[in-house]
Amino acid sequence: MTMNRRKFLSTGSAIALGALAAPAIARTGFAADTIKIGSLLDTSGLFDAYGKPMDMALRLAVDEINGAGGLVGREVEIISYDTQSDMALYTQYAQQLVRKDKVDVVQGGILSASREAIRPTLRKSKVPYFYNVQYEGGVCDRNIVIDGVTPAQQSEILMPAIINKWGKKIYILAADYNYGQITARWMQKYAQDAGGEVVAVDFFPLDVSDFGSTIAKIQSAAPDIVVSALVGGAHLSFYRQWAAAGMNAKIPMASSTIGVGNEHKVLTPEEGNGIMVAYNYSPELQSPTNLAFLEAWTAKYGDVSAIHEIAVSHYQGVKLWAQAVTNAGTPDRDKMIEAVEGGLSIDGPAGKVSIDPKTHHAILDVHLMEFKDQSLKVIESFSQRPPVDTQAVCDLQANPDDTTQYEIKI
Amino acid sequence: MDLAVVVIIQIVYSVALLVLISSGLAIVFGMMRVINLAHGEFMMVGGYATIVSVNAGLNVYFAMLVVAPLVVGILGLIVERLVIRHLYGRLVDTMLATWGLSLLLIGLATLIFGNTTTGISPPIEGFPIGDYQVNGYNLFLIVMTVLIVGAVYAVLSGTRLGLIARGTMQRSDMADALGYNPDKVYMVTFFAGSALTGLAGGLLSPLVGIVPTAGAQFIAKAFITVISGGASVIAGLLSSATLFGLVSQAFTFLVDSMVGEIALLVAAVVLLRLLPQGITGRFFKGGL
Repeated sequence: MTMNRRKFLSTGSAIALGALAAPAIARTGFAADTIKIGSLLDTSGLFDAYGKPMDMALRLAVDEINGAGGLVGREVEIISYDTQSDMALYTQYAQQLVRKDKVDVVQGGILSASREAIRPTLRKSKVPYFYNVQYEGGVCDRNIVIDGVTPAQQSEILMPAIINKWGKKIYILAADYNYGQITARWMQKYAQDAGGEVVAVDFFPLDVSDFGSTIAKIQSAAPDIVVSALVGGAHLSFYRQWAAAGMNAKIPMASSTIGVGNEHKVLTPEEGNGIMVAYNYSPELQSPTNLAFLEAWTAKYGDVSAIHEIAVSHYQGVKLWAQAVTNAGTPDRDKMIEAVEGGLSIDGPAGKVSIDPKTHHAILDVHLMEFKDQSLKVIESFSQRPPVDTQAVCDLQANPDDTTQYEIKI
Repeated sequence: MDLAVVVIIQIVYSVALLVLISSGLAIVFGMMRVINLAHGEFMMVGGYATIVSVNAGLNVYFAMLVVAPLVVGILGLIVERLVIRHLYGRLVDTMLATWGLSLLLIGLATLIFGNTTTGISPPIEGFPIGDYQVNGYNLFLIVMTVLIVGAVYAVLSGTRLGLIARGTMQRSDMADALGYNPDKVYMVTFFAGSALTGLAGGLLSPLVGIVPTAGAQFIAKAFITVISGGASVIAGLLSSATLFGLVSQAFTFLVDSMVGEIALLVAAVVLLRLLPQGITGRFFKGGL
């Protein structure tokens, strides 16, 4: 770099200004430079029912962190982009976050398609990535930390429960992209393990909203249970049309996705009652941490109606990252990841969440729940479930350079 | 046996759906030769009009059958007066103008309602046929479609107004010479087409969630149906909708809904290659 007179003057004055501003910074207790969280969430479009509360959860978590004095003495700043439910925007904004904004961590991504769109970019640029959504499992990558429930934590509990309760013949409906395809295979595996039989699997593009012929097809297959892994606003029509045909009274339903975006509050009680799910969180949990979380959310947003599974998951993801930075004493990527692998654990609204060092996935509580009058009623709780699906294929301590997403073979 | 009935109902329903989403366009494009690329957005507006009125406490049938067509009809009237009437006979210019209009409507709807899916529950219960359960609202849609087609046919063939409209579309100069103001006839026809489109949007709103961009999923099918139908408004609409509904549902039942969609598009391509003037360019010629 050559230094000419004009540049010298501008740099010099910037330094002088910085010196002048320093006492102000000292007073707030924060060091001069902030720690930057990059956020990529769909806060508009088909998937905004998932993304908006996740964004609220992120902001609440960061407020709490800054209110408690920031991280390692520095203030945490959010740099967020609305990806508008458009997968192409993920890659674009991820580039922007790492190149222009130079963030210390990226939190976000909702659909598995969006996660896979940005995961390589973030790994290449050595920016750690927290993906905080329940998903199909199997991602093995040292640069990523995942705290959402996986099929072993979800389907392994849900499938035996519904087979025991309702019968053996299962009809699966799933969204037609990596999440739905892989999850449907896990569902088949756990259904077979529990003595069930999958009579059919149907996949639907994300913008399909007319399910008339599907409902007729399901009836001709006459299953005991319908299991859905449908995703997004358009697919919500399925539950409406299913109820409108009176089918909800005839064939019971379970799902790996409904409720994650607060669908139980969008559907009427008649449309939703009785649907069985298994997640990490229910607002009805009575633990002190959850009550404190609900109170903090109410103080910031007025009421708690927006809170859902993956919003809490996202909140816990941000808190896990904050804990890792505190443990490491720095937001630096390598040291932070070492802290992730050194017994990272927090007590979140949904209970204790710890990160398994071998897979970077979460060990957490799972609850079997039922839709009851627009709320999630806990039927049975399963404490501290490990992500055995990913553990079976992934060992980051033996293969730190692994970047594969393993899929189940049937 | 029960399955056969259910499958037949489903096929008739999907034919009715195609007729429903295309009927307004059949009048605006089929009769007036105005390519309204905002057709899907007109349906979207009809859907929102219904949802907003239901949420405001209006009766759901009143909202669907009266409010939605009126709102969209008036929207069409304004658009016709401000934009379309200056562009009659200029195909490319109307395309451009109505495309801009569709973007504007999407933007406005996003501004007002946000880019989220909203919806209302269907007002009709399902009922059983043998071992099967049928969506009652689908049957209601079929009945409404039959009524709409019947009404359009009755107006066009049975009333003086329909005669004048058809005459004006064929030779506006002759209609003018006979003392009918083509400007007014065009205006009324565009109003009717828009109102039908709004009605379709209203009727569909309980079935599919409405987003500001919801129009996009209808517009391609509507144009394919109308263009493949050819010159005759009603015969063309019915024949092409029957063909495409049959093809897409057959493949949906045999394989899955993705293949059903593909089959519909393939059928349209093949059909237009064989019959470039549409079905009624060769069959049912001169019909209405």
